[in-house]
Amino acid sequence: MKKELFIERVLFFLALSSIGSLLLITVFIFLEGVPLIAHTGLDNFLFSSHWAPTRGHFGILAMIISSVFVTLGAMVLGVPLGLACAIVLAEFSPQPVKTVLKPTLELLAGIPSVVYGFLGVVWLVPLIRDYLGGPGLSLLAAAVILGIMILPTVISISIDALSAVPDLYRDGSIALGATNWQTVRRVVLPAASSGIITAVILGMGRAIGETMAVIMVAGNALKIPTSILDPVRTLTSNIALELAYATGRHREALFATGIVLFIIIMILNLTATVITRRR
Amino acid sequence: MRLDPRISQTLMKTLLWTLTGFTLFILVFIIVTISIKGLPQVTPAFLLQEPMDMGRAGGIFSTIVSTIYVTVLAILLASPLGVGSAIYLTEYTREGWVTRIIRFGSECLAGVPSIILGLFGFVLFVMKLGFGWSILSGGLTLAIMVLPIIIRTSEEAIKAVPQEYRLVCYSLGLGKWQTITRIVLPSALPGISTGIMLSVGRSLGETAVLLFTAGAALRTPLSLFDSGRTMAVHFYILAREGISMPNAYGTAAILMISILLINVVAYSLMQHLMKRYS
Repeated sequence: MKKELFIERVLFFLALSSIGSLLLITVFIFLEGVPLIAHTGLDNFLFSSHWAPTRGHFGILAMIISSVFVTLGAMVLGVPLGLACAIVLAEFSPQPVKTVLKPTLELLAGIPSVVYGFLGVVWLVPLIRDYLGGPGLSLLAAAVILGIMILPTVISISIDALSAVPDLYRDGSIALGATNWQTVRRVVLPAASSGIITAVILGMGRAIGETMAVIMVAGNALKIPTSILDPVRTLTSNIALELAYATGRHREALFATGIVLFIIIMILNLTATVITRRR
Repeated sequence: MRLDPRISQTLMKTLLWTLTGFTLFILVFIIVTISIKGLPQVTPAFLLQEPMDMGRAGGIFSTIVSTIYVTVLAILLASPLGVGSAIYLTEYTREGWVTRIIRFGSECLAGVPSIILGLFGFVLFVMKLGFGWSILSGGLTLAIMVLPIIIRTSEEAIKAVPQEYRLVCYSLGLGKWQTITRIVLPSALPGISTGIMLSVGRSLGETAVLLFTAGAALRTPLSLFDSGRTMAVHFYILAREGISMPNAYGTAAILMISILLINVVAYSLMQHLMKRYS
């Protein structure tokens, strides 16, 4: 009996590992970054786009705006494409097709982000440069690559949401004389809407947090973009580009950039969790 | 002006299938491009020679070794934690605030982007604990990254084991822990292996975390405290600094094909388990 109790205790401590790691991450990122924000002031940090760390200027506005635009661009491409795949797989394809297609599309999730970035540089960037102008390395390139990278997230969560809609709903709608598409559009999609919104939010989280692919295709220029063909530097690429050689205040500023990113991601995740719970 | 519902249905189905086809095309395009350009580079010499001249010449042997070291270390650390968490969540508690907090932690951890994990590993393991850029720092940070994957898949696998199995054990007089170790875990093993294999796949392809925790040294690491450049990091540096396109393609091909193979096997293992118990 004593042994069983001991085992239960041990397992309980193992189970605390995930929440414990999350707390450790939060504490260390904040400990390193907050002094810089206190030093420059939250205003100057968030609402100035003057980033010259060697001369003591730490404004990340341009990067926040770039991150937001790149993410929105990724959603414009990734959400319709992902949702289309999910609808086809969940509603319009026969079982054998589905059993092959679903795991195949999930392979997209296994391709490393550096490979996406690399193909972006080799294929997409020259296309943009030749046909649309600009340097090629651009907001548009980053948005397209991220749009593809979020597909697995959007597809798999949307499929779960669509499959969770009871068949009774579909049968009822078909019995009333609606076509399959009318049923999907007027009955199934509205019923699955909260799950689909979760899929979109988690896709946003993936897009805004992605680093390596974005560094490779976005061009990393330090200014607020005025066109989708402008090169941009996102919050994530800023950290990754400078961490290797940053020291002192400069390094703290990178952690402070991490705090902003971390807060955005946590808000997105929390929203997704709340929506899922309510369902 | 309303379109006949049958016509609009045909139009929409065509559109949706076209978009799905386009997505599939992207996937096939990625796999085929990398394989065609990369596989011809992959020779036994490429795999077994040390990189020379920053990776311009020679092979990728040391990066394969580093990749294996950090991955194995991450899995060794994360598996007991992850499987233990899953056992606790499924066998030892009822749903309540404790499980909710643990699940919430695991879900949030899964959403933490790798650059944040990289920052964390850098400040805690590399700087504060003084492990430096090393296999140890890299493995520890990767372990945190894959922990949620192992927890989630192990939980699913353990839950899939029918309740009758446990009841039969209890009726035969086995204790709870005996039931878990002798019956539940062996039955859930394919699912648990799926989680571990998916974690291996994630670790192989990870770059942002390892760049800042394991570093980019090209020597073959000899101890836990040596820096080691993994294949993904090597590929990133080759491609980004334009050092050698053929070697970049070769590295990418090995990396991508091994990850895809691992994922396919992992997926079919899980399907097999779910089919057996459903």
